Amino acid sequence: MAENEGKEEEKKFSIWDLPDVPMGKLPPHLELQRTRVVCNVDAPIHTESIQYSGAYASMGVDNSLRLDHFSNNFRVEVVRLTEEVMEFDMIGIDAAIANAFRRILIAEVPTMAIEKVLIANNTSIVQDEVLSHRLGLIPISADPRLFEYMSDNDQPNEKNTIVFKLHVRCKKGGPRFTVKSDELKWLPQGSEFVKDSRSATSSSNSKPETYTSFTCRQDSLPDFVNNAPGPKYLDIITAILGPGQEIELEAHAVKGIGKTHAKWSPVGTAWYRMLPEVVLLKEVEDDVAEELKRRCPVNVFDIEDIGNGKKSATVARPRDCTLCRECIRGGEEWEKRVALRRVKDHFIFTIESTGALPPEVLFTEAVKVLEDKCERVITDLS
Amino acid sequence: MEHGTFTDHSSATFSLTEEDHTLANAVRFTLNQDPRVTFCGYSIPHPSDARVNIRVQTTGDPAREVLKDACQDLMLMCRHVRSTFDKAVDEFRISNPVKEMNIDSKK
Repeated sequence: MAENEGKEEEKKFSIWDLPDVPMGKLPPHLELQRTRVVCNVDAPIHTESIQYSGAYASMGVDNSLRLDHFSNNFRVEVVRLTEEVMEFDMIGIDAAIANAFRRILIAEVPTMAIEKVLIANNTSIVQDEVLSHRLGLIPISADPRLFEYMSDNDQPNEKNTIVFKLHVRCKKGGPRFTVKSDELKWLPQGSEFVKDSRSATSSSNSKPETYTSFTCRQDSLPDFVNNAPGPKYLDIITAILGPGQEIELEAHAVKGIGKTHAKWSPVGTAWYRMLPEVVLLKEVEDDVAEELKRRCPVNVFDIEDIGNGKKSATVARPRDCTLCRECIRGGEEWEKRVALRRVKDHFIFTIESTGALPPEVLFTEAVKVLEDKCERVITDLS
Repeated sequence: MEHGTFTDHSSATFSLTEEDHTLANAVRFTLNQDPRVTFCGYSIPHPSDARVNIRVQTTGDPAREVLKDACQDLMLMCRHVRSTFDKAVDEFRISNPVKEMNIDSKK
């Protein structure tokens, strides 16, 4: 099949060969330009996507958006799904929208992260600000959908803040002590540090004022009964204490997005690549086939026996192709044998979660964020 | 915010705050696919301002309505993406049941 396709493209298209009446179908060379990026030895060509609705009007081809057409052609195929990583194919969508999902995943899906650190004592050699920064980057395992954003004039309460305590001391005369993230202990009742209030000494009968104003204990809320918030990984080194040194602090985690600071990014990274397509334009046989197989560093090609002691090259693993173009380097004859392309509407999407939410939930959240953006514009306009 | 004329509603520039390439490029895509649009494009006037300007020129329909429809289209596409994705994940889970559950991984 690949061979026939190759031959059809090789033909020179003269305008006189085209049918007089538009057939509602693009001629193969234009279809190739529309759907594939062709990677030539010097540079890729046809990299843009044809978005304009009337781009092919003269050929009687409608390029406008038809939602039913999109719905019928859009497909998702999950390749790999674990607690942390997900890989899936998204087929039949434009790069503009796939890229919007990617950008939202990195910068606009909320998570919880430590934002305020109240340090009571720190005699370690790690400075307060460095320690606070390190604490901020620890991924917190708490569902951000259960929390609200805290704005500037909000009081920290049980709906927008998670409080952790860290109190460690290294025994005098003992070995050094490594403080890991498992030392962060959740305080469901809120802050324990009493606010310095010399003027209000009279109100000794009521509860002393602390740095948070929780109206109830967080562990009495049904959402946290069986999943206590805490660091996702318990072995992250935050400081090393020498004998006699001590750290006592409280860390307040709030909801935020990766646009503000990368610590709120829910993904280690999220990326996509277009599906590689490797086509043999003519039969590649015997020694040349061996040479072709040897040239590819990721082993895309296989060799097949076709009888009579002849061998022929086949494309076995096009998905592995990295477009290094090693196979088309070294003269025009190689460029005529192999075509390297990328399918413009087929994205291999990978999401690496940092742990707050599983990757498949992150993606649906990202899509919801884009929906909300659209809705905001619509309400603004009407 | 819309910038246009009182006499001709078919072309206008819309200035959206707190948005960036994420929305503007996606909306430009759906706008371009609308046959009523003769021209559209977007710009970010200054990288330090969280603002995009989206220019829409149409064949006659009010630019405001066309932009609204474009957002609507994008929203419907998102919805379809979400349902398709959820279905694909469910199917994957059924065909690849979890082999071993690591109970100790969390606390």
